[in-house]
Amino acid sequence: MERKNNYKAWLYLAPILIFIFLFTIFPIINTFIISFLKNYNYATGANEGFTFENYGLILGITERIPGVSESKMLDFIRYALPNTLLITFVSVPISVILALVISILLNKIKVLHDLFQTIFFLPYVTNTIAVGMVFAIIFSNTGLFNNIFGLGNVNWVQEGLGSTWGKCMFVLCLYVIWTGLPFKILIFSSALHNIDQQYYDAARIDATPKWKTDLKIVLPLISPQILYITITSFITGFKEYNAIIGLFNRSYTINPNVHDLYTVVYYIYDQIQGTNGTRHLEYAAAGAVVLFVIILIFTLIQMKVAKKRVHY
Amino acid sequence: MKELEITTHLTLIVPGKNRSVKNAEKRDKILHGIFLAIVYIFIIIFAFVVLLPFYYMIAASFMVEDQLNSGAFFPSLANIFETIANNYTHTISNPSFPYGELLLNTLIVGIVTTASSLLVTILSAFAFAKLHFKGKEVLFTIFLATMMIPGEMMAITNFTTMANLGFVSADQNRLQTYLALILPFVSNVFYIYLLRQTFMQIPNELYLASKVDGKSDWQYLWKVMVPLSSSTLITIFIMNFIESWNSYVWPNLVILNDDYNVLSIALRSTTFQVLEHEVWRPVYTQQMAATVLTTVPLLLLFIFFRKYIMRGVERAGIKG
Repeated sequence: MERKNNYKAWLYLAPILIFIFLFTIFPIINTFIISFLKNYNYATGANEGFTFENYGLILGITERIPGVSESKMLDFIRYALPNTLLITFVSVPISVILALVISILLNKIKVLHDLFQTIFFLPYVTNTIAVGMVFAIIFSNTGLFNNIFGLGNVNWVQEGLGSTWGKCMFVLCLYVIWTGLPFKILIFSSALHNIDQQYYDAARIDATPKWKTDLKIVLPLISPQILYITITSFITGFKEYNAIIGLFNRSYTINPNVHDLYTVVYYIYDQIQGTNGTRHLEYAAAGAVVLFVIILIFTLIQMKVAKKRVHY
Repeated sequence: MKELEITTHLTLIVPGKNRSVKNAEKRDKILHGIFLAIVYIFIIIFAFVVLLPFYYMIAASFMVEDQLNSGAFFPSLANIFETIANNYTHTISNPSFPYGELLLNTLIVGIVTTASSLLVTILSAFAFAKLHFKGKEVLFTIFLATMMIPGEMMAITNFTTMANLGFVSADQNRLQTYLALILPFVSNVFYIYLLRQTFMQIPNELYLASKVDGKSDWQYLWKVMVPLSSSTLITIFIMNFIESWNSYVWPNLVILNDDYNVLSIALRSTTFQVLEHEVWRPVYTQQMAATVLTTVPLLLLFIFFRKYIMRGVERAGIKG
């Protein structure tokens, strides 16, 4: 009986095992290998042996060999990594706090509660590219944002046409916060909803002011969710890419050799896409491994913290 | 009875002018009302900010170009129907934005990805939830571990795989394009995790009962487990479909033949422009009409399946 079940189970698992091996497990190992290959050719698999140079080059440690054709490889350490860190460390705290405030307020109302909950969830299902384009229109030099705030003819999103790196980053962070809110609000709301009424009753008997109840009782009770959300937001923040394409398109500068809006994932895909037909998968792979290490660190922190802090 | 009367007429005198319990209660009620009003005002402001891009997307597609370029908030009502018709017909007649064709490709890729993924997920979730085999825990842990690895790691090799299979090239045919778009997304560990949880909640007694009835595992899975888990299955279907509809990165890498383009790629790469005084000028109102055409089908799906989607995402968050 045991034995029979055994082989049957593997039959049920066969399709997923095939797909997960071909498109998940093998790629992980293979990409790791590619990141250590010199001058890897994706079509033939040809390479010039094992090297650490790909990492050295994208991280700016290895000097560039003179004569190597103009490549974007250095932009990883120059733009991609700093931009990604900036976007993440600016947008995550703001959006977590904002989501907390909105969820706490939302938890206080009964009339129209479901309607507002749905509205706040709406950005989750939308196409990041499409709404990014709407943001670009709102923030164009003759757009709605300048008009409402009477700012005149400021160009926010087109770097070639008067906008700067700083202004682009400002709009980008706003957009990243906007897209990140719905998930956080939904998780916080359901955590707040699950808090036992007795905590509120106890606070009321003690005549605790409402703001104090929120600060001293409610927040600690949902602290596991806050931690979870913060760390997962960091992880998604490190993968930011679609928002940039939506807002700025791929050709956002007059000078095609300046990529000051790169993020790590943007860099990776641009290296796969390549310039003038030459794809640099080895640099993309090295970038992906760096991203993986960053995400791994955050995941480990999350696991450690979750073990300590979860209370049922 | 008498006692009760006394209590109802009792007035607690608090030092100070007019400070009875009644007044205090009244005061509390008013304060609470003010408090609620402030809460609502804030919520409405936040809701306005969240909805603004959606509103403006639609409003902009109802404007004439000059109006949009003056930062207007409302489309002008003069000739509005002509403006709408004009914007939308120009948008869908743009050769780089063949809406029907794009919609068809996006739908086919979305439905086939989702359906095949669902089938594979049901089979594996059943094995993980109800069958016994050696190495089950280890295998499931490996599955879960792959979830924290960024998709970019897979994308690089998957790209070479698809290129070496000949699916990615400028003269790719329809089937090759679809396969390149679908194959890497058939397996999805998170959905297996979600469905396994649901399957595990189904009491084992049902399984034993069906054994007594002489049903095989296969029949039990499709006749009992699947119907009982329909709400989780719908959640998975919708979430998966939305993901596929909105994906940009992978399609952008593997679609080299524009004949088989999908919506989000065409939306971003098409330049809607008109020739004016011998200069090409971008037409943002048409671009916005295109974003409306891309976003609205999903919004409709969301409105119909709101409960399933929100429940699924909620469970996704609680897993952590």
